[in-house]
Amino acid sequence: MIGRRQVLLGLPLAVAVGGGGISYVMLQRMERGTYDPHGVPNPLVGKPVPHFALPPLGAGPGLASAELHHPGRPVLVNFFASWCVPCVQEAPELMALHDRAVPIYGIAYKDQPDAALGFLERHGNPYLRVATDLPGRTAIDFGLYGVPETYFIDRGGIIRWRWAGALTPDVAHDQLAALMRTYA
Amino acid sequence: MIPELGHFAIALAVVLAAAQSVIPLWGAQRRDARMMQAAAPLAIGQLLALLVAAGALVWSAVTDDFSVLNIAENSSALKPLLYKITGTWGDHEGSILLWCLILGLCGGAVAAFGSRLPTSLRARVIGVLGLSSVGFLLFCLLASNPFTRLWPPPIDGQGMNPLLQDPGLAFHPPILYAGYVGFSVPFAFAIAALLEGRVDAAWGRWVRPWTLGAWCFLTCGIALGSWWAYYELGWGGFWFWDPVENASLMPWLTGTALLHSAIVVEKREALRVWTILLAIGTFSLSLSGTFMVRSGILNSVHSFANDPTRGVFILALLAVLIGGSLTLFAVRAPKLAEGGMFAPVSREGALVLNNILLCSICAVIITGTMYPLLADLFFGVKISVGPPYFEATVFPLAVPLFAAMAVGQMLPWKRASLGPALLKLWWVALLALAVGLFTAIGLKAAPFLAFAAATWLIAGAVADIAERLRLFRVRLADSARRLIGLRLGAIGAALAHAGLGVTIAGIAGMSLASHRIVAVRPGQTVPEGGYSWHLTGIVDGHGSNYVDRIATIVVSRDGRTVAVMRPSRRSFPLQQQTTTDVAIRTNGFRDLYAVLGDERNGQAVLRLHVNPLAPWIWFGALIMAFGGGLSLADRRLRVGAPARRTVALPAGASPGT
Amino acid sequence: MKPVLLALLAWLLASPVWAPVAHAVDDPSEMLANPVLERRAEQIGDRLRCLVCQNESIEQSSAGLARDLRHIVRQKVTAGWTDRQVVAWMVARYGTFVELRPPFEAQTLLLWGAPVLALATGAAVVGIGWRARATAVPLPPLSDTERARLDRLTGP
Repeated sequence: MIGRRQVLLGLPLAVAVGGGGISYVMLQRMERGTYDPHGVPNPLVGKPVPHFALPPLGAGPGLASAELHHPGRPVLVNFFASWCVPCVQEAPELMALHDRAVPIYGIAYKDQPDAALGFLERHGNPYLRVATDLPGRTAIDFGLYGVPETYFIDRGGIIRWRWAGALTPDVAHDQLAALMRTYA
Repeated sequence: MIPELGHFAIALAVVLAAAQSVIPLWGAQRRDARMMQAAAPLAIGQLLALLVAAGALVWSAVTDDFSVLNIAENSSALKPLLYKITGTWGDHEGSILLWCLILGLCGGAVAAFGSRLPTSLRARVIGVLGLSSVGFLLFCLLASNPFTRLWPPPIDGQGMNPLLQDPGLAFHPPILYAGYVGFSVPFAFAIAALLEGRVDAAWGRWVRPWTLGAWCFLTCGIALGSWWAYYELGWGGFWFWDPVENASLMPWLTGTALLHSAIVVEKREALRVWTILLAIGTFSLSLSGTFMVRSGILNSVHSFANDPTRGVFILALLAVLIGGSLTLFAVRAPKLAEGGMFAPVSREGALVLNNILLCSICAVIITGTMYPLLADLFFGVKISVGPPYFEATVFPLAVPLFAAMAVGQMLPWKRASLGPALLKLWWVALLALAVGLFTAIGLKAAPFLAFAAATWLIAGAVADIAERLRLFRVRLADSARRLIGLRLGAIGAALAHAGLGVTIAGIAGMSLASHRIVAVRPGQTVPEGGYSWHLTGIVDGHGSNYVDRIATIVVSRDGRTVAVMRPSRRSFPLQQQTTTDVAIRTNGFRDLYAVLGDERNGQAVLRLHVNPLAPWIWFGALIMAFGGGLSLADRRLRVGAPARRTVALPAGASPGT
Repeated sequence: MKPVLLALLAWLLASPVWAPVAHAVDDPSEMLANPVLERRAEQIGDRLRCLVCQNESIEQSSAGLARDLRHIVRQKVTAGWTDRQVVAWMVARYGTFVELRPPFEAQTLLLWGAPVLALATGAAVVGIGWRARATAVPLPPLSDTERARLDRLTGP
């Protein structure tokens, strides 16, 4: 016969067990990568590309949002900078994507033109077109909080996916490939 | 050789701790005197082993032994000696060893100073402490060993984070941990009481000095951390409601509730269940705080090594300690008899209100800190819970608490009426109102409330002492005699309450602070906060592992020089980091605060603050801790269990006569 | 009743805006010339999280992104935007995560209700304990023999 008092006194244990269970789930998710306490969400996923018009890096045409509103095929937009270490890490993977004819547009974020051009010379230029966002405002319109960041835009100009950090081969094989199939 | 000795010492400590937990607890269960007597020597043995281990780590750091992985990662040959020593506890492995060492010290202290406790209680307390030790020592040995070797050893270490190379921060961990880990002793007392099946007035008295000691250390530890943030981080802020800061405040709140609750157990044998739960809860909160910081599940400035595998180990440890103790509580607590009756309006009633409010504030802080995790887990959304939330929810709960603090002291035990108590505080209320209005002229309502609350608390403490002296109601000579006979515990309590008032006044004063950011050339003068700040020049300087730029600012008021300040910017070439060294000049009532920023085109960016009453924030905490210490010195707390006195029979007499 | 009223009054009066604020603006040229606008910009900035640092506002952080966001806030304040519009602009780009003050919505009901909930739980626990004691079975009355024995023991 469990009295009311005993139920009350068992409550702290129940709370502790609940807390422990939640903590365990948190840890598991952190190891699997589905929970990142330091990550920042992007509310633009599912919305059209924000309006922008950027000058080119070096010679050539710049990049404007109008061209990305109805690209006709899925494209990637990659923000990079010469002063960014993970950008060096992801450069080979971007080149591999370029070789597989994946259209990538590059935007140099807060980078001096000479430095950015030098970066592309050293690590290869995987971009169809490169623009420069020296003040960094367009990046903020995208909800960027660091470099590198890569955005996947579908045929209708809607942002479908955002990856913050270096684009590793695993991410490219798993997530990007799936996206390409879904939005081909 | 020495690191191996240290490694062995930790392993030895594990064995001793295991013996320390099994033998006394079993002995107490079976009332075997010899097994129970083994508790104290085992605890001292474990402590000695831990001292050897800690000594070995410090030795490795001081002798620049970079073959030890921990030293190679966190130290460097150029680091000043003080930071080589204090840096041993600045990283994850070293801080776990510190935790274990203090846990060992607690066991040793109970062994050394607990001789007046009844044998079975002491054995059980030391046994429970041994259980906690086993867990943490195993974690240290298996998952965060500070003596792992690195071969081949590098020529120099990677150096310590420059931000940590600071005298205030060097001593923050030991004092804070003494607080966190110190609450393991009341926890052990609670478990021992549940195992014995008895919580009585004597238990209430015995547990109090240990609770006071831990509380004093925790108060100082939190204040030290806050003060460090104030003078090191260069923004003039001192509390950010960061998850790690909250994790230190939570056990402090329940520890304060425990302190007051234990008084009721001692005086009236009431609130027993609540006191036991608070004792278990406070230590559980310190343990959970450790877990949260080290597992990486929180978004915090302070987060240590974010290692989920370590997190699982600690979680398992917590499951055993917290789960086990709360299960014991759920099973045994209902069997504890009801305590003394009391009316809702009485000192016990006021202490119940105190418990509810403190625990509510703690619950709110827990909710706010954990909510981003829960929202992510259950709703998949990422929200932020920052200072605006905590300020909006904690202050409304704190205000009735402050109001009750002064009134509660005036209420007698068992049954009282509110009227006479409030009447005794008439002058306190008037003074609080006057001070509040005076400071609120032209300002918002919030500073009024804060200054009024501070005055209410400080004057309320004075009123408490005056009441005990029956001041102005008996002859002055009689009052003086009462003052001399006044027990230290009463003075300590009044001081602690007044100390809180001083801290609140400091926080209220900081809200009136003014600041200005300017770019000036040497020779220029800037007005700010009623003072004239004159930059005379900037020179180069250097230390053992840094170079810096030092500015000299002469601060004057009405033509008189008030202070000469030297803020600087330090560059640490090894870590490629720059830190600012804030210059602070205080006269006890206000702080002058100057920061040197970038230099450009011959101009230097200076940030100048005038912070009224800022030092009171930390003075108040010191006063609180001092009050606690004074209470600790009260002779009544050293009364122990009655000992059987053996009388030698005269020769020839037979027993039984 | 009185403590409840007092707490309510305190809640109304204690506006969180007065809490001491810390700033890391390290360039005086960043500050607006108009002190009223600058104060507004600082207040808005105190509500916005710096996304690259753990747990700081954009006013406290010295990161590059924080500086850019501070600049944007000041631009918009000078252009006449209201506080709500500026924050909405930030939220549109970074989500509710950027607001340090959690939103008032169904999902944060437990969060904002925490103080009241905690107090209510505490009061309920005390109330249950109280009632358990008050409804304790009273001792049965003394029988005649017991009463006689009591009279003998206590004596005239």
